[in-house]
Amino acid sequence: MKYIDEYRDAGVAKGIAQAVRARVTRPWVLMEICGGQTHTIMRYGLDEMLPPEIELVHGPGCPVCVAPLEIIDKALAIAARPGVIFVSYGDMLRVPGSHSDLFRVKAAGGDVRIAYSPMDAVRLARENPSRQVVFFGIGFETTAPANAMSVWQAKREGLRNFSLLAAHVLVPPAMRTILASPSNRVQGLIAPGHVCTVMGTREYEDLSRDFHLPIAIGGFEPVDLLESVRMLVVQLEEGRAEVENQYARSVTREGNVPAQRILEQVYEVCDQQWRGIGAIPMSGYKLRPEFAEYDADLVYGTGEITAHEPEECISALVLQGLKKPVDCAAFGTLCTPERPLGAPMVSSEGVCAAYYAYRRHDGGQDGIRRPVGNRPVREVL
Amino acid sequence: MCLAVPGKVLESREVGPNRIAKVGFGGVTRQVYLDFVPEAEVGDYVLVHVGFAIGKIDEEEARRTYELLEEMGAILEADEDAEGAQA
Repeated sequence: MKYIDEYRDAGVAKGIAQAVRARVTRPWVLMEICGGQTHTIMRYGLDEMLPPEIELVHGPGCPVCVAPLEIIDKALAIAARPGVIFVSYGDMLRVPGSHSDLFRVKAAGGDVRIAYSPMDAVRLARENPSRQVVFFGIGFETTAPANAMSVWQAKREGLRNFSLLAAHVLVPPAMRTILASPSNRVQGLIAPGHVCTVMGTREYEDLSRDFHLPIAIGGFEPVDLLESVRMLVVQLEEGRAEVENQYARSVTREGNVPAQRILEQVYEVCDQQWRGIGAIPMSGYKLRPEFAEYDADLVYGTGEITAHEPEECISALVLQGLKKPVDCAAFGTLCTPERPLGAPMVSSEGVCAAYYAYRRHDGGQDGIRRPVGNRPVREVL
Repeated sequence: MCLAVPGKVLESREVGPNRIAKVGFGGVTRQVYLDFVPEAEVGDYVLVHVGFAIGKIDEEEARRTYELLEEMGAILEADEDAEGAQA
């Protein structure tokens, strides 16, 4: 497909990796934020194409992974109610809450449905006027405008049987928390290209200036990510700290203004809990008071539900780039995609799921760690 | 979650306040809302995420960037050829 295939060209990818090797003189730690980028890195073995000086650590950019336990418990409570059609993106169904997950609620008789788009949930509300339809609206800035549009559309149509359980998270405040931590190791950042397609690049200019941090706005294909790494290495070696736009075919400095407008109309910025990380001030969206009748948390009175994270899951450290999934004692044993302890093992974008699928290692009798993932490194390039 | 796929706008129509397009993804077509990319026209490539176009792909930027990247691949190939010739 156009704009995909050419960015998977092995010759171009090797050329960029070679350019990185030629430029690097010392160790650098780079973080990609988005889970989609993490999966590309693992799937294509990009980290293994790069020289050993470059360490890639993985950020918190998986909304399913950072959705707090309490929002899952709220979803479960609402989905179990008779008369409710609970609609969610597919990724959320196996995410464990405190005692259950949406699949189990569905198996027990709950009407839980998977949607491709939030507008599918609006259509369901239109077609089922005697039922209450609740959409589980999770996501970063990329997804928030579409979820906001579902509420805006429901209000415009006068639908009284639609509401949104919102769990929106924002990238820049989370990155500030990670970068300001005394244990931070990140020296360069690959910013999430599709978040920036919506929001533009200004917030990342502030981050770069405040933390003297090189940032490359990166795409999602192997060539995009290797080129983002090369841009960061050149900046670091030259002592520069700027925002460079590798994903210029999709990202402008201003971002998508109509999408930003609907965000402003429907949401206001609020403090937000992040699974594993805790509360981060002004790092989420909630519905504005004028949309209160579409706020499922208010409609179903689930505001009092709170929850505690399981202690054996180290996702907090993994999502901040401080540990790798293979550093977790539960990885691949107590915690697998079939029986996940934490959300990063569930989501198709979760970092633990990426390591499990593409980079599981067996110790072997000789103690040498070998990849036993289902996609041999570089074969797919 | 932030996965967005580039597709080509094949046709579009107004439905109430919304603009809805048929978008092709290498043989597969889907209905896509164009509300956030009102300037998209038939023949343009848009990035599609959860049923909405979130951006239009700038073909000129794509071409310019890719030519630079291809040059890097070509340089590597030339280097490898030169090493092969020496061996």
